[in-house]
Amino acid sequence: MKKNLLLSTVLSLALTGTTFAATVDPADKLAGTQTFNFWLLDSITTLDPQLIEAVEDSDVARQLFEGLYTEDGSGDLVDAGAIGYTVSEDKKTYTFQLRPEAKWSNGAPVTANDYVYAWQRLVDPATASSYAWYMELMQVDNATAVIAGEKPPSELGVKALDDLTLEVKLITPLPYFRKMLVHSSVLPVPKAIIEANGQKWTEPGVLVGNGAYTLTEHKPGEKAVVTRNPLYWNNAATVIQSGSFLTVNDENIAFTRYEAGELDTVGIPTGMYPQLSKDRPAEASSAPRACTYYYLLNMDPEKGPEALKNVNVRKALSYAVDRDILVEKVLQSGQIPAYTLTPGAMAGFTVPSVDYATMTQAARSEEAKQLLAEAGYTPENPLKLTLNYNTSEGHKAIAVAVQQFYKAVGVELTLNNMEWQVHSDIMHERTYELARSAWCGDYNEASTFLDLFTSSSGFNDVAYLNADYDKLMADSKTMDDPQPNYTKAEEILAADMPIIPIYHYTSSRMLKTDVRGYPKKNVFGTWYLKELYRVAE
Amino acid sequence: MFSFIARRLLVAVPTLLVLIVISAVLMHAAPGGPFNSERKLSAEVLANLQAKYGLDQPLYVQIWTYIRDLVLHFDFGPSFKYKDRTVNDIISQGFPVTLVYGFWSFVIATILGIGAGVIAAIRQNTPTDYLVLTVAIIGAVLPGYVIAPILVLVFTLKLGWLPGGGWEDGEWRYLVLPVIALSTGYIASIARLMRSSMLETLNSNFVRTARAKGLPEWKVITRHVMKPALLPILSYLGPVFVGMITGSVVIDMYFSTGGIGKSFVDSALNRDYSVMLGVTLLVGALTIVFNLIVDVLYAFIDPKIRY
Repeated sequence: MKKNLLLSTVLSLALTGTTFAATVDPADKLAGTQTFNFWLLDSITTLDPQLIEAVEDSDVARQLFEGLYTEDGSGDLVDAGAIGYTVSEDKKTYTFQLRPEAKWSNGAPVTANDYVYAWQRLVDPATASSYAWYMELMQVDNATAVIAGEKPPSELGVKALDDLTLEVKLITPLPYFRKMLVHSSVLPVPKAIIEANGQKWTEPGVLVGNGAYTLTEHKPGEKAVVTRNPLYWNNAATVIQSGSFLTVNDENIAFTRYEAGELDTVGIPTGMYPQLSKDRPAEASSAPRACTYYYLLNMDPEKGPEALKNVNVRKALSYAVDRDILVEKVLQSGQIPAYTLTPGAMAGFTVPSVDYATMTQAARSEEAKQLLAEAGYTPENPLKLTLNYNTSEGHKAIAVAVQQFYKAVGVELTLNNMEWQVHSDIMHERTYELARSAWCGDYNEASTFLDLFTSSSGFNDVAYLNADYDKLMADSKTMDDPQPNYTKAEEILAADMPIIPIYHYTSSRMLKTDVRGYPKKNVFGTWYLKELYRVAE
Repeated sequence: MFSFIARRLLVAVPTLLVLIVISAVLMHAAPGGPFNSERKLSAEVLANLQAKYGLDQPLYVQIWTYIRDLVLHFDFGPSFKYKDRTVNDIISQGFPVTLVYGFWSFVIATILGIGAGVIAAIRQNTPTDYLVLTVAIIGAVLPGYVIAPILVLVFTLKLGWLPGGGWEDGEWRYLVLPVIALSTGYIASIARLMRSSMLETLNSNFVRTARAKGLPEWKVITRHVMKPALLPILSYLGPVFVGMITGSVVIDMYFSTGGIGKSFVDSALNRDYSVMLGVTLLVGALTIVFNLIVDVLYAFIDPKIRY
């Protein structure tokens, strides 16, 4: 017993991350007005952490609530609600020590029970959260049973040992478990406020949070305003006094308003990045994002087309795509051509060198033609396939380009666009041939992509079945360093080609030159208002 | 007169009920559902969602529950997408906004449209006439999503006179650009309608008689021509007002007003059934009310019409 305690204490990394808020460079002189105007592409749908799905919602909620950890610009964990942790020898039980000085904005202390309440609420069938599966992804004990209604939420593997100690039990060890705690679904929420106010608890004046800011105004479809929370434990380090989140549904009008000074940051409209990065390098920046764009190749044994059952045909279809042209001429925002599923920007991940990535496009196209000929497709008997994509100018531009690439190797591609709902249904029912899709990671680790194509994954819309791949991913969960397995998994994907990876997303942004502390390179676009400050110019 | 109005309002109730049923059936017939996203939800999570919103019930039960909650509690249901708000919230927050800029657009469009039409008719086939018509047609042809960005570019960025979006509870500076963008198209159509209506009236026998009797032209126009010329416009104005409400998607999107226009399109794309039904009912009710108002006004303007 004592020996285990010693061992697990040794294993703990109580000094995992430094805590900081706005780290003001002593050379900088602060501006008189410390406000920040942020752009939201769409309206906020909810500010209830356990119900949040959209990126707009999480951008605002992140300022109002604080979880066990936050992350810095490089994606490394920073202590927030947790000041230390220990993990058991079998790596399945985590015990977090909570910050004693953390307070809700109404003065009540933040306790372990707040986390327990929030996590139980996430999986409670009565809440019906679309993100309940996140608890299953974290491998928390009994998550699946609670969601299915087989066990009550109180049986979820999370417990408050005392006011400042939170214990979490996992089904299997997960090397990246703590990284998953940055997500908005597992932020703590104030039970008393929710029970007293029901659905209305997220309204300004009612909402109580433990973040650096409180919600002072919310006009749906127009804007939300957050103001400094003086009871936040690290309020002394906060510089920005208030932040406004303005919803503008059109990126070009948003850009015009940025130019007019009504917004302090804005996404760069499609096609403008090359010119802006040249003319205004101090404001324009582009950073990789944890998202990949790809075409699915339907390998369903009954519903998929015959042609796609042949691995050489699938490889040919992937080789024929000229990703450099797509990235340089069509997308034009510094996107990264993708030859693997997982973006290289994911923490700790090394992109394996797959053979077709190192060939020239001319060589690839030649290889494609040969593979198609071997499969029996000739100019007299061309391969004919259909590509589905959801209606959007961007997807159309890429699809048309791919259609041209395929024409050059003798493949006739018919394009089929449809509304998102219909497209999504068809993919899940596997009644398509090729389909445009994309995936954004849920946490900063390669498995968030690679798990998609295991045979047990509910997201495996291509009906991909490879026992070796499944085994590599299953083993990776218990390894201390799973990276080599991820690399091998990507190599298998390149050999089997169930999808055509096209590009990895980047996010390009304009930011006013007097703003400091914005994490432009964060792969998830995770930023905290409390870390920003404005200098006098 | 009162029995006429009462009869019309009574007929409105079954009309709206039929509207609810037909809309609900059509909505559910469309493929897809409210809970589709890039990630397919697991069967259990989906089951919980459907149970929470009653989507696992047969359609006739859902329709009956909707009508019952509507009539007994005036509860229009929840929104699947906007989880912090009910449909009542969405309509009560968004409709007043749209009503305000819709009202002002209506007033401006009517005054300017009628004025332009009258001037063009009086000065028929002169340069004034051609100028008015050309400007009107340009306004009609430019769609909202072309006008709006141009307005923001000119008035917010270049001149710095007006904010580029937002609403701030309807402060006048936030009204100007949305009203300009929304009214331009209608000024054109009202102007052309007014012009042709006036021309027709100006050619009628009683006008010739009035002139022959020696009445000054301005009296002929104001006392004898305006009322009959306005009648066709009146019929048009009812749907115009409703059209401004339903066609305000672009205004909400481009000027971030938080109005209800966007909900018409969004709710359909999101398969947000209760919101869709709610706004459909709203438009249905508005159409009935405004057609009724137009019909009543007819009775005051045209002595030939009596109810």
